[in-house]
Order: sequence, then C-alpha cells, then structure tokens
Amino acid sequence: MDGTPNAATPETLAGYNFAYLDEQTKRMIRRATLKAVAIPGYQVPFGSREMPLPYGWGTGGIQVTASIIGVEDTLKVIDQGADDTTNAVNIRRFFAKTAGVATTEKTAEASIIQTRHRIPEEPLRADQIIVYQVPQPEPLRFIEPREAETRKMHALSEYGIMHVGLYEEIAHFGRITQGYNYPVQVDDRYIMAPSPIPKFDNPKMDHMPALQLFGAGREKRIYAVPPHTKVKSLDFEDHPFTIESWEQTCALCGSEESYLDEVITDDRGSRLFVCSDSDYCRTRRDAGHEGSGLPVPAEPDTTASEPAGESS
Amino acid sequence: MIDRDMAPLLQVSDLSRHYGGQVGCEDVSFELYPGEVLGVVGESGSGKTTLLKCIAGLLPPSAGTVSFDTRVDGPRDIYAMSEPERRMLMRTDWGIVFQNPREGLRMNVSAGANVGERLMAVGARNYGEIRGNAVDWLTKVEMDLGRIDHLPETFSGGMQQRLQIARNLVTQPRLVFMDEPTSGLDVSVQARLLDLIRGLVRQLGIACVVVTHDLGVVRLLSHRLMVMRGGRVVEHGLTDQVLDDPQHPYTQLLVSSILPV
Repeated sequence: MDGTPNAATPETLAGYNFAYLDEQTKRMIRRATLKAVAIPGYQVPFGSREMPLPYGWGTGGIQVTASIIGVEDTLKVIDQGADDTTNAVNIRRFFAKTAGVATTEKTAEASIIQTRHRIPEEPLRADQIIVYQVPQPEPLRFIEPREAETRKMHALSEYGIMHVGLYEEIAHFGRITQGYNYPVQVDDRYIMAPSPIPKFDNPKMDHMPALQLFGAGREKRIYAVPPHTKVKSLDFEDHPFTIESWEQTCALCGSEESYLDEVITDDRGSRLFVCSDSDYCRTRRDAGHEGSGLPVPAEPDTTASEPAGESS
Repeated sequence: MIDRDMAPLLQVSDLSRHYGGQVGCEDVSFELYPGEVLGVVGESGSGKTTLLKCIAGLLPPSAGTVSFDTRVDGPRDIYAMSEPERRMLMRTDWGIVFQNPREGLRMNVSAGANVGERLMAVGARNYGEIRGNAVDWLTKVEMDLGRIDHLPETFSGGMQQRLQIARNLVTQPRLVFMDEPTSGLDVSVQARLLDLIRGLVRQLGIACVVVTHDLGVVRLLSHRLMVMRGGRVVEHGLTDQVLDDPQHPYTQLLVSSILPV
C-alpha cells in the first residue's frame, strides 16, 4: 500500500499512475474497504470508476486490488479456478503493466489473490488477501427488488425471507439445489452473497486466516470478511448444508478432495473430470501424483441409477 | 366471545390524517376489544382506507394516537415504538388482508412458501414443521393441497384471498385488518369466503377491523359498525341496530340504496 503518486517505475506503462487508479480514488476505495472490514458482511457503497474492461469482467475486484496493491506484492489471478483463462491472464497482465508487480500462478507465493468463481484448494494464510469479483452483491435481491427495502431488511436483520428461497427449492426438488453464490451469514449478523463460488468453497470462508475482500464494480459495493470470522451457510435443521461430492477422481492428479470440472471430450457424452484449481492440480502432479488420464464414458441413460459397484 | 372486562386490544383516539389541505380522516376514536369484529363502511373517498392504513401502522397519522395492547408490555402507542418493534408486531400479532392480493402475497414463490414466510421470519428453521404448518393452514382455508407448490399467480381471485388469509393467520395474530376482502369476487365465492372468515374469526377469537363498502359483508361479519363520510364517523353502534334503525341521514341513504334482489 505504498504506491506514492507518480511512483510508476520505468518498466510500467508511461503516463499512468501506479496500478492505474489515481491516488484520490484509491484513498476513497481504501476508506470503503476499512469500513467494510469493520462491519463484517455489510455492503459499503463506493464511487466505482470506469475501468478499461467491461462490467462483469471483474471491475469491482480490479479496483479493490488496485487500491491495496503495493510494489512488493505478488499477485495471483484466477478465473474458474484456473490461472490461464482469458480473464485471469488479462487482469494479471494489466497489473504487471500498470504496477510492475511480480505475478505468480502459485497460491503459496501470492500475497494478493484476485478471484472469480473459486477459492484456491490450498488453505490461505494470514499474510494473504483474497479479492473476489462480485456481480450481484445483494443476497436479498432475488426476492426483494427494492433497494430501500433490502437495506431496511439488513438494518433490522429481517432475514426470514432468505429461507423462503431455500424452502422453495426443497418443496420443488426435495433438496436445496442452490449450487453457487450460496447465501451465508457473517459473524451471526449480516447475510452476505459470497459471489458465484461453488458452495463447495463456502466452508473455506469460515474462520479463514486471510482477509477476504469483495468488490462489485457495476453495483458499486465493497464488503469484507475479516480474518478468523464466523461464516455460516444458511440451511434448515432437517435439511443441513452439504457440499458437492464426486464419484470420480481427478483424471490428471487423482485428487479425491478437490472441486472437479466436467469436461465433455466427444459428441457421445464422454466426460473427463479434472481439478478446477489448476495450480493445485499441477503441484500434485509435480509431486508425483497421477490420475487415470481417461475420460469417463457416457452414462447410457441420465435417469438410470449408478451401478451399485461404483458407489463408495 | 367479546370480553369487555378485559382491556381494549386497540384504542384509537382523535385520529386525523390530512393530505396537505385534503382531509383523509378526521377525529376518529374507537376501541376494539379482543375477539370483536368492527365494520367500517362508507362510500368511496370517505376515508375508510386512510383510517385502516393509519391504525395498521402503514401510514403515520397527522394527529391522534393508536394504542395496541401488546402481549409483553401492555398498551403502547404503535407510532411511538421503534420501527423494528412495529414491524415485528405487524408480522406476528397482526395480520393485514389487502383488497388486491398482489399487495399481500409474494407472487413469485409458491403457496406453501407464502404461508411459511411469517414462520421463517420469526425464526422457524425446520423444513418439516414449516411444511406441516402450511399444509394445516391451507386445509383450514379449504385450499386444494395439490396446489401447495403452485405460484399464487395461477390461482383464481377467491383462492388468492384465501391464501392471503392463511398467510396472515399462521402466526396466530390477535388482530387482523381487512380492506375490502371480498370485492372483485363473484357472489358465490364471496359467500364462501365470508363463511370461512366468520368461522375462523369465531373459532380463534381474533379481533378484526373490516373495511368495506358492502353492507352485506358487515351484516354477516361484524359486531359493531362505524359509518364514515367525508373523513368523519357519522354513526357508530351495534351492526344490527345501525342497519335496522339508521339515525343519520347519510346512513339512511346508504341502507336504502341496497339493491333488493
């Protein structure tokens, strides 16, 4: 956080301030961020700026990162768990150009991790900050379109309506079907949208040693979960919160614990299951772990039950 | 059923509401006892709905007080309460049945969720129990249980009103406000709904304020009747007494203008 005005080093882009944003904007975002940390889960409005990328591509996250990054930081950017997707590559390059900071694909080496859709599999440490890109920061929006009303509901802790959404899913499908952006309650107070991470990652947010910052550029909100803060996923007593599980293991590294992506490999429905976290998968492969490398054949009928022998 | 030895449940004193220079309602005072049903009649624009909104906590009055006998603290002025307290009261001890079911229902969630919402709002977190309660109340308002997971949008007007009633009664309120609960329904559905409301109110001992322009509705439901005109109460008394022997010229006009069948 020591980006002084016009401190751009020779190798960064000429004519731009350190990390693109001007210092007054960074100061404003830092003020909003400090307030967000002081009130865990509360959405702090801020004057979101136009960024050189479209809304929905991470304008909120990039502004938060720009205002907290310093010359000594090492940045990692992930999109859908991977370091090599378009969004991740471009944001990483953006900060390499405008701030001249070191970038990495290794979770352990990063001091700031900007993410979309995943939390790394490797547990984060107290000296790291994770920045989430958030499309819709308001968890109550789906049922209450009025902003004045949702603010009042937050202020008065009127959160019964969140369970109405979960009730609907159980009534229609027999279980809670919400798979991503699964609502959480932070520090027994504010209900918060964890951004579109799979619910698989929700337990990682609970008492995480790293600071978690959330930036929503289009919606102009910043919120935060301070280190070691309770984050509880909403549920019913008789329908407790559960995370996804797979019968397959990663085809590349053989992991049984990580979040798996399903990749279609041909036009007959064969699928390959691989780790969504590319750094985690590579680290495991480097350590000698190996998966089958083979696609899983298509199931004959999607409605047919799994053969008894395969279930664990 | 009406227990006049008890303290009044709702006490309205000198209530006025002005809209700029316009009079909404003026100097209205009455008491409502537990289990009592009060009808408010009058022509369009006579201040009925303004009065209902003022006493239901939806519209702060320009002058006067509305005092409700709360379970814990006894009689309290509802507009002197903090907003969280008032909102809590409104979704536990009170119910409001709106003329237009769109105001009172969540149209984008199922009937069961509509009934369960108030329970979840006061902390129910067991799906089985919430579901059981929803089934129970939908049965009480004579809804087809096969429709429990359907959206209210797909319901007929009469069903939507019955769903509104179930949704309000699930927390067992002591006071229910109804604004024209049967208008816009055809007469046979009206009759069934009135029969249902009367049964539930008697059985559960709920106090009610029913605002309507339909004298037939108040004749059937209410114990006492208030006749309003130009924002003022022109006549007040037992329902049968007011309807059978109207004293005020306006009430006489109102009673004589009922169309004979």
